[in-house]
Amino acid sequence: MKFNKNIKNLLIILVSTLALSACAAGKKSGVSTGDVYTGSDTIQYLASGVKDRVFFATNKSALTTASRDTLRKQASWMRKNKKLNVVLEGHGDERGTREYNLALAEKRANAARDYLLTYGISGKRISVISYGKEKPVNSASTPLAWSQNRRSVTVKTK
Amino acid sequence: MKKIFYILTLFLFKFNIAYSLIEVDITRGNLDPLPIAVSPLHVDPQSNNYQDVKTKELGELISSIVEKNFRSTGLFNPLNKDAFVQKPDIAHLKPRFEDWRLITAQALVTGKLLIKDEKLKIEFRLWDVAANKEMIALAFTTTPSNWRRVAHIISDKIYERLTGETGYFDTRIIYVSETGPRTQRIKKLAIMDQDGENTKYLTLGNELVLTPRFNPTNQLVTYLSYFRNLPRVYLLDIETGIQEVVGNFPGMTFAPRFSPDGKKIIMSFAEDGNSDIYTMDLESRLVERITEDSSIDTSPSYSPDGKYITFNSDRSGLQQIYIMKSDGSGVKRISFGDGLYGTPVWSPRGDLIAFTKVRGGKFYIGVMRSDGSGERLLTENFYQEAPSWSPNGRLLVFYRETKSGKKGEGFTARLWSIDITGYNERELKTETDASDPSWSSLLSK
Repeated sequence: MKFNKNIKNLLIILVSTLALSACAAGKKSGVSTGDVYTGSDTIQYLASGVKDRVFFATNKSALTTASRDTLRKQASWMRKNKKLNVVLEGHGDERGTREYNLALAEKRANAARDYLLTYGISGKRISVISYGKEKPVNSASTPLAWSQNRRSVTVKTK
Repeated sequence: MKKIFYILTLFLFKFNIAYSLIEVDITRGNLDPLPIAVSPLHVDPQSNNYQDVKTKELGELISSIVEKNFRSTGLFNPLNKDAFVQKPDIAHLKPRFEDWRLITAQALVTGKLLIKDEKLKIEFRLWDVAANKEMIALAFTTTPSNWRRVAHIISDKIYERLTGETGYFDTRIIYVSETGPRTQRIKKLAIMDQDGENTKYLTLGNELVLTPRFNPTNQLVTYLSYFRNLPRVYLLDIETGIQEVVGNFPGMTFAPRFSPDGKKIIMSFAEDGNSDIYTMDLESRLVERITEDSSIDTSPSYSPDGKYITFNSDRSGLQQIYIMKSDGSGVKRISFGDGLYGTPVWSPRGDLIAFTKVRGGKFYIGVMRSDGSGERLLTENFYQEAPSWSPNGRLLVFYRETKSGKKGEGFTARLWSIDITGYNERELKTETDASDPSWSSLLSK
């Protein structure tokens, strides 16, 4: 009983912390963990259940668990649609210098590419382009907008 | 575009080398700018008209350009012409110094011009009012359509005589012109005189262009273009308009600059998520890899003697500034303060490296010595970056983005300049929003 009560208290604390951080970072339109965007506002779908983009932390190009999940779904979608090729468009936020952002966004798109390769997609089907911070999806100057802009978007090519 | 520009510089009279009493100290912020009277140039009544040059007003126009140049330095205080007593032609022959002293002028500029046989002849003199002496007398002959440049050259000569530093008025700035909403920006290469006049657009805006930089003779520009959606470093001949890709790289090349001798382009090449620094010799087309590190290496800039390169790398974890020998050996980190450092660019004097620093959500333009010591932050703002040196190493031009609202409303991007003393910060006039400025060297050397 006592043990259970402790767990219960802990859970309450955890849930309320999560709710608080969600409020602080995301408001209505989505939530962030750390500063990686985890909402769904800007996302489009390549196919049913297959999200087109993954998000990154500030100055980082590492894939999160959620990103890897998205990319695995993209890989299985690509395996089913063998004639489709994609371009991975890497992007950064406005809070960095232009040239460094070009390099960082290229690194992000390549992180996504490498993951698709490990799931059996041929490199010939994937090209990569970096737009640095030149094509923001949200032009606001807020942590939320920046987190939506730090992204790699998978786009179908003909 | 680069018109062949013959300047016949004649020393009209024996150059007066006697020490003058006037000296302008430019090493400090100047709180007491030198009062200078710029008399309108006297227009010889025998002058002819020439194309669309407004001959009658030319004397006024040239003197107002000279005045504007001086005012922009923050070092001089051009006096109101209403108070001038002597007529331009008479003042040019022999100023009545006591009259000019009365209106507190310490220096006086006079001149006259004549347009005849499709030639513009201009002479001007600089006078030390306190010492009753002539300091310079120079004459130029050129085509009348070059009158703006003559005004800038006169400004340079006077600036040089009074400060002991090379001038920077007869120069141009190349930049990226920006129009349209933030999420669909149209960007074009644009070039203008340093005072914001004579803007010309060098690309049409069909593809994204970034980071243009002049070669040492100002005839070529290297920049990043997304032509056919392939981001590559390009070379543009300003005179002929001919563009070509630099090298045959299988991926994105970016962050280009010329070597100080103009023979090479140094840039980053990104391959499989790794950006390293490369050079390409423009004549032999030989490509050399300079850095080989799994981190991002970018924004390379040569020292003026070509022996060293400063660059930006995150090999220590976050963006910092490094220097190395031009063959890539002897890499040494030089930035150690709080925050991130980017866009290092070596001063044409060789002593300082200008940079962008990001700390605590603010962007700073600053300078440090090439060993990393003596860091000074010159200006702080929400977002600004990409400093470029004036050819005399006294000023930096950079761009700054501002917004009136959090959602990105009222977005503007503008060019600004600041003295390396940290004083005299001013916005440059541009026809559109602007970014990525690069300052030319002096057009007439």
